[in-house]
Amino acid sequence: MADINPESAVQSSSTERRTSWGRILVWVGLFTLLGLVAISLVRGQQGPVAIGKTAPGFTLTTFDGETITLSGLKGKVVVVNFWASWCKPCEQEAADLEAAWRYYQPRGDVAFIGIAWTDTEPASKAYMAKFDITYPNGPDLGTRISQVYRTTGVPETYIIDREGVLSYKKFSPFLSLAEIKAAIDPLLGQ
Amino acid sequence: MHTEKLARIKPLLWSLVWLGIILFVFFFMVSNVLAQEPTPVGPVQNTGITDDQVNAIAKQMFCPVCENIPLDVCPTQACEQWRELIREKLAAGWGEKQIKNYFVDQYGERVLGAPPAQGINWLVYIVPPIAILAGLFILYKALRLWKPTAIEKAIESLQAGPINEAVADAGNQAARSIDPEVDEYVRRLEEELRKRE
Repeated sequence: MADINPESAVQSSSTERRTSWGRILVWVGLFTLLGLVAISLVRGQQGPVAIGKTAPGFTLTTFDGETITLSGLKGKVVVVNFWASWCKPCEQEAADLEAAWRYYQPRGDVAFIGIAWTDTEPASKAYMAKFDITYPNGPDLGTRISQVYRTTGVPETYIIDREGVLSYKKFSPFLSLAEIKAAIDPLLGQ
Repeated sequence: MHTEKLARIKPLLWSLVWLGIILFVFFFMVSNVLAQEPTPVGPVQNTGITDDQVNAIAKQMFCPVCENIPLDVCPTQACEQWRELIREKLAAGWGEKQIKNYFVDQYGERVLGAPPAQGINWLVYIVPPIAILAGLFILYKALRLWKPTAIEKAIESLQAGPINEAVADAGNQAARSIDPEVDEYVRRLEEELRKRE
């Protein structure tokens, strides 16, 4: 048998060490990548915000330049409506929402907020003029608000109680003013 | 034994390699063929901006309402409004980058066809080339493994039956040309085989 060369033995052991480090790095990289994919999949699978949970906070700059924060409306019942000018079902409920706003406005303890989702400003303003909408409305800049509420489309309406807890949600248009009142009135008695 | 196994699976492995190459070429060609045609060039609008100018920017964007349909070919009203907005911005003298930044501010980064190379988005640009390079490296290694070495050829010849001197010489020469230590190994192997006979 050939004699073992000590130099080559040292060399081969250092090569093995390098190989094992390489393997560790590859595995770590692979698991990191899988972890990131898993996190994004879990996030993607999450449904809309659940009733009974604290409603996610947001800041909205309205088309008039006013800044509204959800936390600033604590103590009031807040109706948050996501809509878009190109959304036909949104048109179905637009007049009823405005009527409801005018009905509750004198009380001062109900706030209505309209959030225009993936809409262009001229089209949004034309829509608001068409339905004579007077409650605060603004664009969902960067779709940040719809993302925290994990909306699935428009129209969607979320009603938040005086404590900031999500109490009601609707993923289709309201069919009448009575239906909107039926969703808000129980929260005013609290 | 190992060589025999390799010889048996070799055609299969080659078939897989060829299949991979064919599929790659096929999908590359099909993706070009199936690329959707942008909305046809229409008359110049009041703004003086052509549909081509609008679509050149629109094709780099996606509206969140219609998933996976580029803005230039999306038929919905929402996308129509977005294209009109691009036209207005172009007419106002905005550049492509300005318009894209405006859309990102308004609707988020997901409107872009390609994510900006920053933060975790870097993975999108780094991982595929690394995966391709790693794949090529593995393929290269595998091909090297499948290719019988001169020594294996020599040993196979020796094992095949009565010793053919010419073949044995060729094997010896090949082995010697590779490594003197291997030469010693082959010599011993030959000796053992001769003894057995």
